[in-house]
Parts: sequence; structure tokens; C-alpha cells
Amino acid sequence: MSQDIQASFAKIFPDGPQIRVDELRSSGPASTTVLYGASGSGKTTVLRCLAGLERPEEGSIRFGEETWFEAHGRIFVSPQRRRIGFVPQDYALFPHLSVAHNIAYGVSRMGRTERETQVGETIRWLGLEGLERRRPDQLSGGQRQRVALARALIRRPQLLLLDEPLSALDGPTRLRLRGDLRELLKQLRIPTVLVTHDRTEALALGDQLIVMDGGRVVQRGSVHEVFSRPTSLAVAGIVAMETVQPGQVLESAEGLVTVQAGRSKLVSLSSHLRPGSEVYICIRAEDVILVKGQSSLSSPRNCLPVVVRSLTTEGPIVRIDLDSSFPLAAILTKQACEELDLKPGDKVMALVKAPQIHLIPR
Amino acid sequence: MSSEEWQLIGFTARMAALSTLMVLPVGLAVAWCLARLQWRGKALLETVVTLPLVLPPVVTGLALLKLFGRRGLLGRWLHQVFGLDVIFTWRAVVLALAVMSLPLLVRAARTAFEEVDRAFEQIARTLGAGEWRIFLTVTLPLARRGVLAGTLLAFARALGEFGATIMVAGNIPGHTTTLSVTVYQQVQLGDDAHAWLLAGVSACLAFLAVVASEYLVRGRKR
Repeated sequence: MSQDIQASFAKIFPDGPQIRVDELRSSGPASTTVLYGASGSGKTTVLRCLAGLERPEEGSIRFGEETWFEAHGRIFVSPQRRRIGFVPQDYALFPHLSVAHNIAYGVSRMGRTERETQVGETIRWLGLEGLERRRPDQLSGGQRQRVALARALIRRPQLLLLDEPLSALDGPTRLRLRGDLRELLKQLRIPTVLVTHDRTEALALGDQLIVMDGGRVVQRGSVHEVFSRPTSLAVAGIVAMETVQPGQVLESAEGLVTVQAGRSKLVSLSSHLRPGSEVYICIRAEDVILVKGQSSLSSPRNCLPVVVRSLTTEGPIVRIDLDSSFPLAAILTKQACEELDLKPGDKVMALVKAPQIHLIPR
Repeated sequence: MSSEEWQLIGFTARMAALSTLMVLPVGLAVAWCLARLQWRGKALLETVVTLPLVLPPVVTGLALLKLFGRRGLLGRWLHQVFGLDVIFTWRAVVLALAVMSLPLLVRAARTAFEEVDRAFEQIARTLGAGEWRIFLTVTLPLARRGVLAGTLLAFARALGEFGATIMVAGNIPGHTTTLSVTVYQQVQLGDDAHAWLLAGVSACLAFLAVVASEYLVRGRKR
């Protein structure tokens, strides 16, 4: 029996925005569905509706065999009965309780011994030993995040809801914990819905992506598909990454890594990726340089023979879809495009500097 | 001070303590309803609870006298069902003090509850806690300073209440006479020295309670 979330609903605020989401569904126990969009796009409201903290006006929310909400049947299951793990953006750790008591809050019905064992196990599992007696204000951002996860996970939730799980952290911590969180989500095998406005986070953590804008779903699909093929200019603007291609690290030496993308090999900078790692290769269209004819020596490390597929003019700018062994996009000014005399079917060289190839580990 | 005076102070403090204990559950419940629920009649309850703060105490006392007198609505019922007489007994003292100090507790506790971030209560819901448990383990502990400050203020108010007490409890030495009633009586009798002594005692008690209450409220803001 599949234990998946299936939801289509609308939350209408009396004097404000309407948030509509249709056919939100998770796909299997290990899947992470990312709700992606700018702040104010309604993604947190969707998450709160799934948690039962907001009651939608229309539609329905089902999980597996359970109906959590049904507008017509007037069904509304309280958050207490949904068995979810909810981690809000600022973690909302109880400030008056110690780490151990925060984690134990949701398992108060267990017997004392069992509860203590469970809390101990969870603390060890998430590497929080030695912090049991601390108050939340005596913890670092990363530790707080783990306590919030521990508090949610100790209840063995059937669905995990994470609201911007990394945004409260500073840059270096965020980078480190992103990897940890990815490992954790893989291990857990609990369907997860995650809200983020950060495309790196979406790429690193998500399987399915739902892009929201102005309270509506504007595109959905696999993360890779949505990021590399935005269906509208709006979505392209929101995802802001024109080329996203899965690849694998071949070798890594002295801060340079070689990755396989389609049949091509690309060189990028990275010090921590090991050979064999799965990555997403991201290239922004404005970082792609096009050269026609035989190029003599040039500085960019990556020279790919490509075929021009199509040109789309958007004001003074031309977006060019290219094909090497994987789809690649470039943006040129109209002028540059005319000087190169580019037409569909032309064979050109695409140059990209190594630092402009961005690798996101999977 | 004579043993009579000590007895008087003891009696007044006991009455004030009893009324504070009575007011606590009611006051916290009312404060929580005002802070956390949206319902029709909320404004009415708010007004009724605040009224004793601005109404002349003797008027509040008069209303209580009519309500709890033997022919009053509640008084008759209490007399018939429990055989309880309220008016001109120590129960009337507690009743008058409770009604007069309720607004202070409600106002302080309401503010304290409103300052508790709802995110904590919501996360407790997702962790399976019922509303009652949330109140006891999240809302109340996080609002404790404000609630305690309000309780102290209510107690201080009860210690010095005069107008409503004299209306419903009268002045029966050893049974219903409180500190402030005695001060009034001594002045009437021309015994100023005695009156000043007792006035000094009430001033000290009130001062301590307000200082403690202020300290708690400031500490919360820091």
C-alpha cells in the first residue's frame, strides 16, 4: 500500500491572497517533493495546510488511506492526529525546555524507560550527545536544526514537512548541513515535502518540484526537468538556471574536477567531490560564450561542439537553445547574434570557464 | 503592635490570599479566552471583567449585595441548595476582594498570553499535544512572569480593598473587619495614631507587592 500524500485545495484568506495547489502528490517513501518559489508565493501556507495548522476552504487532502481534509464532507483531522513531523522555518524549539525535554515532548505517552531509551537513541543518531541539558538559546544554528528534526522524527511520522530547513543557518554551516540533510532524508524513507526559495537546496534535496508563483502552481515535474526546461518565462525567471544536467564526477585533482555530462567531459572547480559522486551540473546561459569557425587557443577550459536548435528573441536579448550531447542554453545580445549570423542548424563552439560550471552534489 | 492588630493583619492577608486563589483559575481562563479565541460576546466579557476597575467600588459592592443577598438571584440559590449565607460573613469579604482584583489579573495575564508566540503552540499540536496540555506545558510556562506579576497585583489590590467590602461584608469585628475598614473606623473615632500605624502597614505591603510585580514584568522584557 502506498503511503503518499495527495492534495488539491485552496486556502482563501478573507482579505488577502488565495493559495491554490492542485494534485500535489508524493511518489513513494523515499521521495522529497519541493515546493519552490519566491517569498509570498504561498508555499508555506501549503505546508501549513498539509500540517493541519491552516484549514483550507476548498478541495481535499488525503494521505494513504486517510482523509485529512475534505471541504464538502466537512472532514478536518487535527494536526495532533495526522502523525506528521513538522519543522518550521525558525525551528520553534520550546525556549523554556532543555534539548532532551524538547525532543521528548512528542512522546510523552510512552512509559518513562522506553521514552528515555528513545530520546537517548535519537540524540545519538543525530549527534547531539552532551547537549541534553542545554537550552535552545545555548545552541548553534546547526544544533538547533538537528534538535528540531529530532523532536519531529522521534514520533516516527508518516510524513515529514520541512519549511526552509536551512535558511536560518549561516553560509558555511548551510553547505555542510545540506549534505547531512540529504543523507538523512535518504536514510529515513519517509515521504517529505520541503519548502525552499533556494535553487541549490531544491536541486540537492528534491526529487519532484512544484514551482509556485502568486499563490498558484506554475510548473511541476522532476527537479531536473523543471530547472532545465522551464515552460514559461516566469518559471525561467524563478528557477534562474538555464542548464541543469545530471552528471558524474570522473576524477578530482588539485581542486579541479572532471565530470561526465552526456558524452562530453567538463572541467569545474571543487575540492570536496570524490570520483563517482552524482552531481547536477549547472550552467547559466549568460556564462556560455559562442564562437563560430575554427577557434585558435582560448582560455576557457571547456570547449564543446554544439548545434544551434532554436533562437528566441526577448527584447534586446536572444536565448539560444543548443545541443551538444546534452541540452545547453546561451544568452546573447541581439547584436552579437546578428554579427555571428546564427541560424538553427549552425555548428558552433560553446566555451565555458571552469569556475562558471556549478556542481551540486546529489 | 498588639495581638489584636496582628490578628487583623493576619485576617486581612488570609482573606486576600483566599480571594487570589479563587480569582486565579477564573482569571486565567478568561484571559486565555480573550487572548486566544475569536468569538461573539468577547467584547462584552471584556467590558464586564474590566468594569470593577472603573466603577466606584461601592457601586460594585451594591451590585454584589443585591446579587448575593438572601433575596438576590445567586444568594437565594446558595441559601436553598447549600444553606450558605454570604452577605456579612467572611465569604462576602473574599467575594468582594475577588471581584475587585479580577480585572488586574485578567489584564496582566492576557497581555502575557498574547506575547507567547503561537508558533510554539502550533508545533506542540503537530507533536500530538492536546489543548489542555499545551496550555499547561507551553503557554503558561512561557507567560509565567506576566501571570505571576498579575497575581501579585491582584493580591495587593485585595489587601487594600475598602468600598465593596464594606458594602457586602460590613464591619463586624473579628468576622469581617479588614485592615482598611479599621483605618477608616479609627479615623472616625479620632484615634489618629492607631490609624497611621495601620496605614503604614498597608502601605508597606502594597509597596512590596508592586515592586515584586514590576521586577517580574521588567525581567520579561529584558
